[in-house]
Amino acid sequence: MKALSQKRRHPFAFVALLLLGLLVTGGLYAAATTVNQAQASNVPPGYSTEDVEEGQRLFVANCATCHGMNAEGTDAGPSLVGVGAAAVDFQVGTGRMPMQMQGPQAQQKPPQFNDEQTGQLAAYVASLGAGPAVPDDEYLDIDQGDAARGGELFRINCAMCHNAAGAGGALTEGKYAPSLHGVEARHIYSAMTTGPQNMPVFNDSNIPPEDKRDIITFLKTYESQGTPGGFSLGFMGPVAEGLLIWTLGLALLIGSMVWLTSRSS
Amino acid sequence: MSASKQKYTEEQYLEVGKYQPKTSTGKIANYVDQRVGGTSIVREFGRKVFPDHWSFMFGEVALYSFIIVVLSGAFLTFWFDPSMATTRYSGSYAPLQGLEMSMAYATALELSFDVRGGLFVRQLHHWGALMFVLAMSVHMLRVFFTGAFRKPREINWVVGCALLILGLGAGFTGYSLPDEVLSGNGLRIIDGMLKAIPVVGTYISFFLFGGEFPGNEVIPRLYSLHIFIIPGLILILIAVHLFLVVVHKHTQYPGPGRTERNVVGYPVGPVYAAKAGGFFFVVFGILCLIAGTFQINALWNYGPYDPSPVTAGAQPDWYIGPFEGVLRLMPGFIGDFSLERVIPTPWGGNSLALPVLIPMVPVALLFLGLFVWPWIEAWITGDKKEHHLLDRPRNAPTRTAIGMAAMTFYMIMWGMGSNDLIATHFQLSLNDITYWSRVLIFVGPVIAYILTKRICLALQRKDRETVLHGHEAGVIEVSADGEFHERHTPLSEYEAWTLVSYEAPAPTPARPNAKGKVTLAEKIRARLNRMFFEDRVEPVSREEYLEALEHSHHEPKGLAPAPGGAGEIESGRH
Repeated sequence: MKALSQKRRHPFAFVALLLLGLLVTGGLYAAATTVNQAQASNVPPGYSTEDVEEGQRLFVANCATCHGMNAEGTDAGPSLVGVGAAAVDFQVGTGRMPMQMQGPQAQQKPPQFNDEQTGQLAAYVASLGAGPAVPDDEYLDIDQGDAARGGELFRINCAMCHNAAGAGGALTEGKYAPSLHGVEARHIYSAMTTGPQNMPVFNDSNIPPEDKRDIITFLKTYESQGTPGGFSLGFMGPVAEGLLIWTLGLALLIGSMVWLTSRSS
Repeated sequence: MSASKQKYTEEQYLEVGKYQPKTSTGKIANYVDQRVGGTSIVREFGRKVFPDHWSFMFGEVALYSFIIVVLSGAFLTFWFDPSMATTRYSGSYAPLQGLEMSMAYATALELSFDVRGGLFVRQLHHWGALMFVLAMSVHMLRVFFTGAFRKPREINWVVGCALLILGLGAGFTGYSLPDEVLSGNGLRIIDGMLKAIPVVGTYISFFLFGGEFPGNEVIPRLYSLHIFIIPGLILILIAVHLFLVVVHKHTQYPGPGRTERNVVGYPVGPVYAAKAGGFFFVVFGILCLIAGTFQINALWNYGPYDPSPVTAGAQPDWYIGPFEGVLRLMPGFIGDFSLERVIPTPWGGNSLALPVLIPMVPVALLFLGLFVWPWIEAWITGDKKEHHLLDRPRNAPTRTAIGMAAMTFYMIMWGMGSNDLIATHFQLSLNDITYWSRVLIFVGPVIAYILTKRICLALQRKDRETVLHGHEAGVIEVSADGEFHERHTPLSEYEAWTLVSYEAPAPTPARPNAKGKVTLAEKIRARLNRMFFEDRVEPVSREEYLEALEHSHHEPKGLAPAPGGAGEIESGRH
């Protein structure tokens, strides 16, 4: 220690101290930045770092106008931090996002991104914060589901908006519950876990994954049954039936009446 | 016209007794005839004349669809068990297997999936019911707009109205039988309406359902109503209705040779009977075609009833639609004022559900008006004559306008019954449709009244024009001095008769009664009478017609091309 104190007035002491200080600061900074980088590349399970990076590029190019550069949300669109991969898979996979126009709710249209791109976007959004993941195939396998039980769950939880036959129905002020005919199993599942548009979230404590599978099984079994009684008239029930009897039925009647009472000339 | 009642002499009777049939068929027929008296029945009814017009056949359609509904319904009773006892479904329809449900729903499913032809007959029954009420409604509109309800047919009009109400009852009880979510939702509305009646409502509901809704009693009770009481009443009233038709003879549209004292048309036997009998099979065929190709009330979609689920797009059959619609239309609040009130009573207060009670008032008035309309109209017009010649709707402008106003009112309620489907299919806001309909329900009938009346008066003026000047021939001529002139072809006498033979009485002012006093009721009557007739268009009188003929004689006659064909322009028919 004596030696050190003796040399503190050495002409190079200042240089040595400066070097030391720079080294420590630089080292700390380097260490700190590495930690930061490690956090940023919090790759969600099932995706790679490239997915996240590519997803971010797609996001900035296609989604950031409304959702913000870092998906933090703007006046035009909500924050996507924590919505999870399932939300992206549903919204982008069914063509609802990117949104065609602002309106009561996003309209379904042909998807703008392919499955790979959708997955990349999902990876990026999932990397921003924890949220519902894309469902496991196990819960989409309708061979393991119970259609009758699913039907019961569907009627109790879903039919008041989506109609007992899954044909869809009206909500307030131009909003609506869409038809569920022909919707992919994973999208039905993701809709339940994320609650898109005006739909409530049915999380796993509300409807466990096995029950969600039962509901999907019911919908798919129902579709596979066809319409035993003939044309379905849109599965809309008595209104469509009334319309048919007042149009086709009445027209056939009047046609035959005019024919019967016409005089041969 | 029935055959005139001639008196037969003693010899003629003996002649009949001496008749010896030669063939074995003849022998059997004669044997039966001597004991049953078929000849006189055929002589009486076989010569009955019915006028031929397509619009007269809706009543027949109603009768035939009723027969079809009874026949198909009888088939359904062989399998359907109207019991609310619980069972576990084990039939063919996979998505419901293993579910707990009532016997009613299980047997309705069995009928649909496990009985040969069951689904078809069930669909035939349901489509037939829709057709039955449709035919009654259109028949009633025809009778109303042509004035066929006037003296002496007022009572038959009331019988018809009662049949319509019974038809609605038959339909609703049938709709409620399968005990799935849709029919249960319908019954829940009935339950709600009953419970909205202050003080006694809950008791009435408990009596009907045998306890708290849904209970275990209501399906068997509805079944008795549906297959026994209501069809029985309908059958009796149909008999009365047809008997009165025979008594009154059929009405006919005005035309040459048709008077208040005759009926022009075909006798029942043989042509009309063949046509009518054939028409039964035409109606049957149409219903089978629809029942075989279009699915109706797919009750397997809805699942067993339990009071918790409701399905989007839950609607009643079309004829209950207006009742549903008026409930959807009614606001629960006006501004901040809640229409749900509490009547203070010694035992703590009873709720008064005005949003459910108020909508029943206009519906009740509409149906009450339907029943008493013949007397209202006769009172206003002071018309006490018998009428067997029908009005063309344009020749009774005020009645037609009132009918259209009532129809508009009905149709707004009807449309509101499907407001959710209108919203989704036309991409409208459900709220906006509802708000607009609350305005339309008041404004729409007034607009319909004014428009219809103006259109009727315009058509009557057009008729006058046609009688006086003939039809436009579509040929424009230029005279030598450059005047353009359209040629008109004169009407045939037959057509002219049809266009001039109607009544347009002048308004009758208020008259004092026997005591020499003009009562308030008489003043109201006179006011309404003025509304009926003040802007009437009178038919062309004989003098006007002759004068018009005289006038047209001075014009170049015929349709020969103008000399030299100068400036002749052919225009299209319009």
